[in-house]
Amino acid sequence: MTDLLQIIVSGLLVGGIYAFMALGMVLIFKATGVFNFASGHLMALGAFVAILIIVQLGLPIWLGIIGALVIAAISGILAERLALRRLIGQPHMSALMATLALAYLTQGVILAAWQGKIYVLPEFLPTGPINLGAIVIDSELLWPFIIVVFLFGGFAIFFARTKIGLGMRATAEDHQLAQLKGINVKFVFALTWAIAGVLGTVAGILMGHRMGVSLTLAFVGFRVIPVVLLGGLDSINGAIVGGLIIGIVERLVAGYFDPWLTNIAPFIVLLIIMIIRPEGLFGQERIERV
Amino acid sequence: MQPCGTFSSDYAQDMAIIRTRTQWVLAIAGLIVLFTLPLYCNDPILSRINSLAIMIVAVLGLMILTGYAGQINLGQAAFVCVGAYSSALMVTRLGLSFWVAMPLSGVSAGVVGLIFGLPSLRVKGFYLAMTTLAAQFIIPTLIAHVRTDITGGGNGLIVPPPYLGKEPLNTQTEMFFVIIPVVVILTFVAKSLVRGPIGRSFVAIRDNELAAESMGINVFRYKLLAFFICSFFAGISGSLWAHWLRLVHYDLLTIMESVWYLGMMIIGGMGSITGAIIGPIFVYGLDQVLTWVAHAAGDMFAGVPATLPAAIRLVVFGIIIILFLAFEPRGLNHRWEVFKAAYRLTPFSY
Repeated sequence: MTDLLQIIVSGLLVGGIYAFMALGMVLIFKATGVFNFASGHLMALGAFVAILIIVQLGLPIWLGIIGALVIAAISGILAERLALRRLIGQPHMSALMATLALAYLTQGVILAAWQGKIYVLPEFLPTGPINLGAIVIDSELLWPFIIVVFLFGGFAIFFARTKIGLGMRATAEDHQLAQLKGINVKFVFALTWAIAGVLGTVAGILMGHRMGVSLTLAFVGFRVIPVVLLGGLDSINGAIVGGLIIGIVERLVAGYFDPWLTNIAPFIVLLIIMIIRPEGLFGQERIERV
Repeated sequence: MQPCGTFSSDYAQDMAIIRTRTQWVLAIAGLIVLFTLPLYCNDPILSRINSLAIMIVAVLGLMILTGYAGQINLGQAAFVCVGAYSSALMVTRLGLSFWVAMPLSGVSAGVVGLIFGLPSLRVKGFYLAMTTLAAQFIIPTLIAHVRTDITGGGNGLIVPPPYLGKEPLNTQTEMFFVIIPVVVILTFVAKSLVRGPIGRSFVAIRDNELAAESMGINVFRYKLLAFFICSFFAGISGSLWAHWLRLVHYDLLTIMESVWYLGMMIIGGMGSITGAIIGPIFVYGLDQVLTWVAHAAGDMFAGVPATLPAAIRLVVFGIIIILFLAFEPRGLNHRWEVFKAAYRLTPFSY
């Protein structure tokens, strides 16, 4: 029983970060209708920029994090402006391929600039286990989780209260109506990509803090895809629930079956969702029968 | 568009691949040049041609599924992997001959493709891309961890060359004469498929599923058929690849290869068999040039990191795909058609 509780708690903590990464994908999908396959690579890029500033240039950590966030926002805007805006109105397939091409490009940039090595971020969050009765919580997991929860709260307020946040929600509903209401849809697209870049970088730094910064981070991004689909492509709440569920599933599989199954467990969940409920748990159902 | 003075007086004529005398001459001359290539090329070049030809088979399958039937497949490399492993296992563990194992591995990859195509009953568009993506991650992991006593697990498998009677076909030239006929036949098969009723049904499904269904096309059956054909081609490609490289390892066929195939197809031009041949030739040629340039740069300047060639490939490939998507979504094949039309219309500009 304690084992199970332990597994569920650590699964929840991992799932929190997955949910955060999924949020970036959901935001882009909601606002622009593009599924961003490059999110993992953008995440890795952010973490590598932090490495560049903190480790290679030797500047303070807070400066490194801010610098990485700014550069991630800029690269998000560039990706939208140079690649995806030209593909508006073309089939889904084109935008999807463009994000895959972006992933290639980013991976190339990372390989050229950082030579595919593994870097370690200096510790800026407390480490070590915390004993909580019978269960042990790894504080390397706990602190990122707490940060993520606060940021989620911040985004909830941003979307519910601020004018820009409301504008983004309106754009997600209908591009033309939003434009008619005087919302600058192009600005919203650029802002969405910038926010997604920032979210990715935060996730990248938090993950990199725990497991080292390498190109593996980029491929963790692919494991977030099942999270997004489980929760529903266009649902922010879905991203949270989906992230937590996938985190728990991964830990359960690692705990009760073979560890190698952890890598494919999310994708098996994905296949099951696709067959049973393609729109995900909270996604909007589009009914079309052929 | 056909040259001036070409008239079709019956259906067979209208559907024929080769219409004019010039086309016959060019086709036969082209085949003669193709089959005498080993006379003018040395082994390194021949090995590149072989590898390119194997890729073309995989892209042909993808072209039928994605370019014609409109179903996105992000897992083509995984199906190539299935074909490679099943061929390797049939030859090494069951002692079958390569000539039997090759078509059988096509079928086995096709069946696996069918399984991952099943969700296309319910989902479409990029949801389908997700299930094929799942295939891309699940299949290699299963090969790596399930029954490693048979599959070789992380060590991969050493594959014997194909035998013709008692003679092993182990030089590049001999493999050339194994691979190229297969590619020519499969190109013809693909071309015939897409100009016949099956191909037209695929195009109807791609353009509008509802309309296709209401015209009496069984959408689900044809989608599954497209998946089967696509993975069948992938399986043949994998089988050729395994016996040409004489090694199979799941790490050589990752999501990056799947994207690579998709990129070749887009650059070649979606919805044309010619595109499935031009695309790989262009991308592979460019890749070779870039690798050569990057290595030359590495020799010339000290301090160029060893990862530079790989990095340049990735960056250039990414940029080229984006450029093609933005400026020439119909791919190189469209340029080729424009050129042919201009040639036929000269000296008139319309």
